[in-house]
Amino acid sequence: MRWMWIDTITAFEEGVRMHAVKNLSLAEEHLHDHFDGSDGLDPFAVMPGSLIVEGMAQTSGILVGSVNRFREKVVLAKISRVELDADALPGQCLRYEAEIERIDSAGASTRGIVRRLDHVEGEWLEIGRIDLIFSHIDNNVGGREFPKENFVFSDNFRQILVAAGLDRLIDD
Amino acid sequence: MTVSSRDEIFDKIKEVLENALGVDPEEVTMDATLIGDLGAESIDFLDISFKLEQEFSIKIEQGELFPENLMSDDSLVEDGKLTDKAMEILKERMPHVDFTKLDNGRSVDQLSEVFTVASLVDFVQRKTTS
Repeated sequence: MRWMWIDTITAFEEGVRMHAVKNLSLAEEHLHDHFDGSDGLDPFAVMPGSLIVEGMAQTSGILVGSVNRFREKVVLAKISRVELDADALPGQCLRYEAEIERIDSAGASTRGIVRRLDHVEGEWLEIGRIDLIFSHIDNNVGGREFPKENFVFSDNFRQILVAAGLDRLIDD
Repeated sequence: MTVSSRDEIFDKIKEVLENALGVDPEEVTMDATLIGDLGAESIDFLDISFKLEQEFSIKIEQGELFPENLMSDDSLVEDGKLTDKAMEILKERMPHVDFTKLDNGRSVDQLSEVFTVASLVDFVQRKTTS
């Protein structure tokens, strides 16, 4: 699943919060082309910050989508805040902790914390905060029309929900 | 609910707009237009609504603060201009907005000029005193 930036859902409270985990492997292609060489150190592979934002967007997006049983097309519309204090490296694990701040028929705002598990240190460390705004695009301010099928929540998302035992949230 | 003075409301709205639009405090004046002067885009209106709800503990219905779906209704817009019906609806639904700037041309493009910081202050003042 090429464009899934979360591996599994580890906590879910309907309409309130969701946690998802991403394991970083040296075999992942994106790490082959992205290095941090600052502070005079030898360059080492780090996960791009933009993909950490994408991971949070997928976590928060699923949480928001679940409120209306994935009938709405939930699209990331605005990144309100991104603060990342530390790198994420191969062998480490990221946990995205998303919470719904506000949701209505037009969209939702979410708050998120990024934590990192270093297996040597053995503890989850907060390394970032990512707040987002999502639009329910069929109900957009401009009144623009979009295709009927839900192109946002594809089979990839379904598979992650099924693996977490949350397929009851999907309306067929 | 504690009723705030106009100055207090303005100060809080200033902070909301700094956060939502990434503008500097000195840019947020009462006359500043949200779109033209402060660079707001359509999704920012949702963000601003959510933040105002939180800041002032009020509930804002969709379409109450800013107009929505005007362009998709033929009875409201003809040849890029707002119809009499549209003007009537807007004035009724949005008493916090001064629509006099629109009265001559009534161009839809001019709509962005009437949504100012002052209109937000008026909106919150009405909501918190009603």
